[in-house]
Formats: sequence, C-alpha cells, structure tokens
Amino acid sequence: MSAETFRIGFVPLVDAALPILAHELGFAAAEGVRIELMRDVTWATVRDRLLYGHTDAAHLVAPLAISTALGRDRPAVALTVPFVLGLNGNAITFSTALGEACGLGDSLGDPIALGAALKQVAAQRRAAGRPLRFGVVHRYSSHNYMLRYWLAGVGIRPDDDVAITVTSPTFAADALAAGEVDGICVGEPWNAIAVDRGVGRIALATAQIWRRGVEKVLALRSDTAAERPEALAALLRALHAAAEYFVRPDTVQNSAALLARPEYCDAPVEAILRAITDRIRVTPGSAPIAYPDFMFQYREAANFPWRSQAAWLYAQMVRWDGLRFSAADAATAQSVFRPDLYRAALAGSGAPLPNASSKLEGALDAPIGAGSTQGRLLLGQDRFFDGRAFDPDDIAGYLAQLP
Amino acid sequence: MKIAIIDTSTTRAAIISDGLREAGLVDLVVIDPAGPLVAQVEASAPEVVLINLENPSRDLLEDFFAMSRALARPIAMFVDQSDAQTTMAAVDAGVSAYVVDGLAKQRIKPVLDLAIRRFQAFSRLQTELAEAKSALADRQTIDRAKAILMKRRGLDEPAAYALLRGHAMKSNRRIAEVAEAIVTSEALMGDLP
Repeated sequence: MSAETFRIGFVPLVDAALPILAHELGFAAAEGVRIELMRDVTWATVRDRLLYGHTDAAHLVAPLAISTALGRDRPAVALTVPFVLGLNGNAITFSTALGEACGLGDSLGDPIALGAALKQVAAQRRAAGRPLRFGVVHRYSSHNYMLRYWLAGVGIRPDDDVAITVTSPTFAADALAAGEVDGICVGEPWNAIAVDRGVGRIALATAQIWRRGVEKVLALRSDTAAERPEALAALLRALHAAAEYFVRPDTVQNSAALLARPEYCDAPVEAILRAITDRIRVTPGSAPIAYPDFMFQYREAANFPWRSQAAWLYAQMVRWDGLRFSAADAATAQSVFRPDLYRAALAGSGAPLPNASSKLEGALDAPIGAGSTQGRLLLGQDRFFDGRAFDPDDIAGYLAQLP
Repeated sequence: MKIAIIDTSTTRAAIISDGLREAGLVDLVVIDPAGPLVAQVEASAPEVVLINLENPSRDLLEDFFAMSRALARPIAMFVDQSDAQTTMAAVDAGVSAYVVDGLAKQRIKPVLDLAIRRFQAFSRLQTELAEAKSALADRQTIDRAKAILMKRRGLDEPAAYALLRGHAMKSNRRIAEVAEAIVTSEALMGDLP
C-alpha cells in the first residue's frame, strides 16, 4: 500500500459527504492523497475493518470511537480522532400513529411540549403492556445519547418507560413501516425517506436537543496516525477543503447528485438535497420547512475535535452503561480527540484555529468571539434544550445533577 | 458446544453447517434470516455465534450481547479474541465470531478455522459462478455478432468468426468486446443502409 492512499470505511449517510467529495472532486488529489472508499451497512463492520486493517480510517459515530478506545465490549484499541466530520444532521421520526397520539402539527415539535405529550403516551402504552419502542443506529451512537438525553430530560426513563433498540439506518424506515418501532433517531436521508414513504413524520431535529452536538468523526488507529503524520495532515486538509465546498449554496445540487449514487447513499437526490440545504419535510407531501444549521459541516471550526466533546460522550457512556465515573477513563476518552493534529494540518491555511482544546459545551446564549491562534473564530449560540451546560472539568458534578 | 450460524446467504449457512457437522460439531442452530433475530438467538442459547461480516443485523446483535452482560443474562457473548491471527483471517474471509464468556480458547479455534475455510470456499464458488455466467454471456454476444456479420457481409460462419478474431487481435481487444461493439452498433444503426 502506498503511503498516500487512505482506504476509508463509511455507512451510507449524507454526513459521509466530506471523504466522498474529497475523493470525487479532486480535493484529495490536490493534497497528494488518494482515497478509496469502502461502504458497509453496520457500524460494527466499519469498526472491524478499521481495527483489522481493511481500512486506514473510518467515518464513525463519535461515541463508538470512545467506546473502542475504552475497551467496552472488546479489548481496547487506541483510536485517534483528528477531525470532526459534522455536527448534528439527525432527526427523531415518529410513526404516523405516535405523531397523532402526541398531537404533532405540521411543524417540528417543541422539545419540552412534545416531551410532555410523549410522557403521557409512554405511560399509557407501558400500562397496556406494550411499551413504546425507539430505534437508534447503534448502542454507541450520538443518536442514542441525544434521544436518551431528551427523554430523561422530559421525565421519561429510557429502558424503564420506553424500550430503545438498535436498527441499521438503511433499514430504519422499514422497521417503522413494519411497526417494529414507534420512533427512530437516525441520520439523513433515512428520516426524509421514512416521511416520503408515508410511514412516519419528523418530530424533532437533534439540533433542537443540543444545538451544536458532535456527530460523525474521522477515526484512525492511533498506530496508523503516528506512522503517517504527513499523509494524515494532507488528508485533513483535503477534508477541510471538501467541507468548505460542501456548505457553498452554489454546490448543493452537485453534492446531492454525487451522494445519491448507488455506490454511496443509493437514495433519492431530492431527499439528500433537503438535508444539505437545511430543509425538513416534516409530514408526507408537505412543503419542506427551513431549519437553519440542521447539518453543520464547516463554519465555526465545526471540524475541530474539541476534547470537551469527547468528555461529554464519555459522561453519557457512564450514565447509560451504568458505569462508575473514572478520572483515568475520562482522560483516555478525551485523549482520543486530537486538536493538536488538526492544528498541525491546518496551520498556515487561513482556517480558524482555536486556542483552547476544550470548552464549556452548551453554554452560549449568543454568538461570541473565541480566542484563536490563526484566523477569526466566532462561535454561534449553543444550548442544550434543558439549559444545562457541560463542564468537562467537572464530569462527576455534571452526572450528579442529571435526572 | 452449541454453535449458532447467522448468515444472509442460506446457501453459505448450509455449507458451513455441513462442514461443522462433518467435523463432529453437531449441536448447531441455523438462525432463520427472515425471523426475529434476537428472539431466536436468545432461545437457542449458543456458546459460539458465527455471523457474516456484511450482515445488516450486526449492530443489533452486539447490542443484544451487551445488554445480556449488563443484565447478567445467561448469554454473555464477547467478540472472539482467541488469537489475533485467526481473528484477522476470519475478518478477511468475511466472518465474525462471538463466544460465550469463559469458553476455552482451544475449543474455539477449530470452529473458526473451519468457518474461515468454508467462507473462502463459498466465495471461490461464487467467483467461479460469476465467471461461468460471464463466459456464457460472451458466447451469446459473439454468436449474435457473427450472425450480424454473416447477414450484412454475406459471409459464412467461419469467415465471420475469422473477421471478428482478426479485428480483435489488431485492436488488442477481447473478441467479446469487438462482438459487443458490433451488436450495439447494429441495435442503434441496423436500420440504416
């Protein structure tokens, strides 16, 4: 294998866009790297191919990178995340029946009001011996943690009041159609496809739960990252250029057409285009609603791997796996995210580079300028729906005050 | 030792279970891919689970194993880690194995080695089948191209074939490729004088 080639595993989702565009549109070639993409439909297989050397890097749900590094469910393997492939871009879609039972109208729900309605329905269904079931894409996915964060925050106890099961994103609409689940929390285009097939309606965007929630990351085995620092830096620059292209209004048609191809998402161009342009068709046949920053791929140094994002994910892992908080594990989790590699790759490029490697998450009521070693960095409003902020230096205190 | 086989290909599942049976491992459960996966695995209480790498239910299966550990249910399965070499060979062959906690390593290796050989045999079989299919398709295209040449140029069959072959050699292409071009152009322009 030549030093310049990166085989990158991915799951067919709109947020696999950056490696796909970097490959297809010459951003990788311009940096002297070659990308070979390898498509799989489960995260388990994307992870296995990464761990056993079928791939050099992977488009990965962020918590799975942390759980792999911590050795949850398998022997620990050191992973490196030098680049975030995007924030949010997921949604919670209810079955038509659950949407009606919760009184959802023609727009996105309000997390608190919808949560109150859902709590009543969940109680009724539990009493009737048929508890509500929600499908998420993986045990260690941001989808699982976002859904659980919201449910717990509105007084619905995951695993007790409602069941949460795993369903592959490409089959999520089928699971909804077959009545196997009452709701799904998945990435695009699979919510859009469920709505277009008439089997569900979008209830919430995950950006309504956490405005700037970390989603997919680029993950490598740490030994690969250490052996090929220059090639990796070139790859990161290519991905960053692809991100800049991806968010330009004049490129969206082209990106959607590329991502729709059979070897990538194998999905309708129109559904993908809606996701890229932050428009959500909430109910079958209705006009799409504009929801700004539904997907967030570039601005505000969105690709910067904040160690505090890894810390938040670790906190949720402790919370939902019933673990005891460990300062050593927290440090291991945070060390997976490598802002130093991001900075080294993009130094001299004009991309804003934050001074800090960690921040308070969900603590911005209004946009604020942030210290940067290079470029000007403005961070947008960022809140969790319940108003709680996350301090990565006090994970134990944070966990203690969560419901 | 009870072994569950989960495979999207029922043919491959049959090939693997035959192999295991021949090796004296007769306590087998082949999971029906059309039925509910978790319920079937739970009911059969296996000590080893073999699943094809590309199975779309792998995330669901791993979640079930993780929950069974958290709740201390009887099936607490782990990713097989008997030895790195074998695990890597298994992933290369396209099979993933999970084993119940505490199962002796020397009991797992023969099962996995056998599964690897059977997966490899199955993929060779598929390649051969694909090659045979493509050879058949080539044959048919060449026959159609010959018929077109015989009709349009008034040649007999050996002369038509010689023309095809000669042109293929000159242009450094396969005979089937030249034949394909003739069939395509006939479909597009056959009605022109």
